[in-house]
Amino acid sequence: MTDALDRLDLLELDADLEEENRLLRDTVRKFADDRLRPNIRDWFEAGELPARELAEEFGALGVLGMHLEGYGCSGASSTQYGIVCAEIEAVDSGLRSLVSVQGSLAMYAIRAFGSEEQRQRWLPPMAAGRALGCFGLTEPDAGSDPGSMRTYARRDGEDWILHGSKMWITNGSVADVAVVWARTDDGVQGFLVERGTAGFTTTDVHHKLSLRASVTSQLSFDDVRLPSDAVLPSAEGLRAALSCLTEARFGIVWGVTGAARDALAATLDYAGTRTQFGRPIAGFQLTQRKLAELAVSLGQSQLVARRLGQLKDSGRIRPHQVSFGKFANVKAALEICREARSILGGSGITTEYPVLRHAVNLETVFTYEGTHEVHTLVLGAQLTGLDAYR
Amino acid sequence: MNIVVLVKQVPDTEGDRKLDPSDRTIDRTSVDPVINYIDEFAIEEALRLKEEHGGDVTILTVGPEQATVSIRKALSMGADKAVHVCDEALHGACAIQTATVIAKALGTVEWDVAIAGSEATDSRMSVVPALVSEVLGAPQLSQARKVSVDGSTVTIERVTETGFDRVQAPTPVVISVVEKINEPRYPSFKGIMAAKNKPIEVLDTAALGLDAGTLGLVNASTAVVSFEVAPPRAAGQVVKDEGDGGVKIADYLASKKLV
Repeated sequence: MTDALDRLDLLELDADLEEENRLLRDTVRKFADDRLRPNIRDWFEAGELPARELAEEFGALGVLGMHLEGYGCSGASSTQYGIVCAEIEAVDSGLRSLVSVQGSLAMYAIRAFGSEEQRQRWLPPMAAGRALGCFGLTEPDAGSDPGSMRTYARRDGEDWILHGSKMWITNGSVADVAVVWARTDDGVQGFLVERGTAGFTTTDVHHKLSLRASVTSQLSFDDVRLPSDAVLPSAEGLRAALSCLTEARFGIVWGVTGAARDALAATLDYAGTRTQFGRPIAGFQLTQRKLAELAVSLGQSQLVARRLGQLKDSGRIRPHQVSFGKFANVKAALEICREARSILGGSGITTEYPVLRHAVNLETVFTYEGTHEVHTLVLGAQLTGLDAYR
Repeated sequence: MNIVVLVKQVPDTEGDRKLDPSDRTIDRTSVDPVINYIDEFAIEEALRLKEEHGGDVTILTVGPEQATVSIRKALSMGADKAVHVCDEALHGACAIQTATVIAKALGTVEWDVAIAGSEATDSRMSVVPALVSEVLGAPQLSQARKVSVDGSTVTIERVTETGFDRVQAPTPVVISVVEKINEPRYPSFKGIMAAKNKPIEVLDTAALGLDAGTLGLVNASTAVVSFEVAPPRAAGQVVKDEGDGGVKIADYLASKKLV
């Protein structure tokens, strides 16, 4: 497998890793190989994930909210965060989702928009993985159009009364705190809702064909009474919620290159050992054409991820550039995994190989954190100056 | 209590390891260099002892310039500082020379306990910890699967073929550990970033008061006389059972003088 990874690095991107980034990459890769990879088939097939135990292990590694400053977070660069996302998603997109939602959605929202008390209370245990967070924006009837959300918070004296529901919420039922976005008389605002608050219940989504190694829940708020300090004081309007998504998308741009790389490495190994007509199928022109196209596509994705890392680390990144990355890299990763599956033939449809598991996971990644279609229109608006959907 | 961990950088056992045909020493360029596997357990044990008893953990490595990568990894696990003995004169050094250098380098650090892995995956001689004890005249506690410290008394459980012996010695003491002893931690991200700023003291043999003219391959007490690359595995011999399979197998084993 190491050999396959070396061969896939056609542009010698590995050689440019700085020493500490290489150590970080190697550490997370070894952790993934030791602790995650041996279990991922079982978790995926059972549709169950020991999210709380894993969160503590990720916390000990120091990767939860690693790109945030202070409050127990490490202040890593965006590129370092991206490197970690790729290594975790090389095992499974569901595991990277756990890390993304914790760090880039829940923790980022509290870090960016929370009060000092909220940050002090939640960020250190969340960085350590002792507390989990989730992020509730999407609703059963409000997906790409979050402005149409129905969840509503009204004032009742000093308190707030929250009513509504959120759908497709990663880490929902295992979270200690939910960052929930709701309409108020003063526009959309963010609230911190703790597990166990009266009227707040969760129901897991079962029967998934994708992201099976990930907890997905519906959150219900039945006139939940919240104290005045539950509101995120600096989050003004929907723009605040959307900025969290831009943050999380950045991790996806990197993460999916890990899934694609893992699928392609497994495929390269398989093609080299599977013999038909008296020779390895890797020696046939049809297979080589597929492998060449997929490896080039992978290298292009990795370059896009690196470029966006440079832009973000220099503080220049703009939302449409993150859309570029998500648009390009998720589509590429999905196509790589689908096509790679054909090289594995019948073996490719089992969980013995990671390829189709990655492909079905990526079907979700294609849609979540801004659908592929919405990112298309973001790029269209950037190019033409004409907004097609707002 | 101050602890020194003896860490060796070796070629990755998962790579295709080679000897350099020109001088029959290890070819350190053909395979990725890594921390000797069992030394990670020695580092972990040192960190645990530090957490329990306080003090500093120093990494001591004898090796070429590229060993810095392994030293940084050891520092990222939580060690405080490092001493790196790096000198071209040590190329091809034998185990006795290495032990002499380590003993000298230990003289530059304040320490109570020196911990090593019980063997290195490249040479597999398992003698350096014992040689270091001998050179220093310090007691040796070898093959430890458990280490406990009470004041200046160190007690270990030494693995034997049938169980374990409980062995005790006063500090300063040299300990070698086996891989049953613990589970090495992963470096944390904070540890990786902190390691960048931890001090690594680089010393050559002159700084240790050693005469470079007495060291290295030409002065080694052992020599690799010759070596061959293992031949590729030959195709097996198929014995077809035509009612006499048992006899054929017995004949084959007899022809190899195995029965």
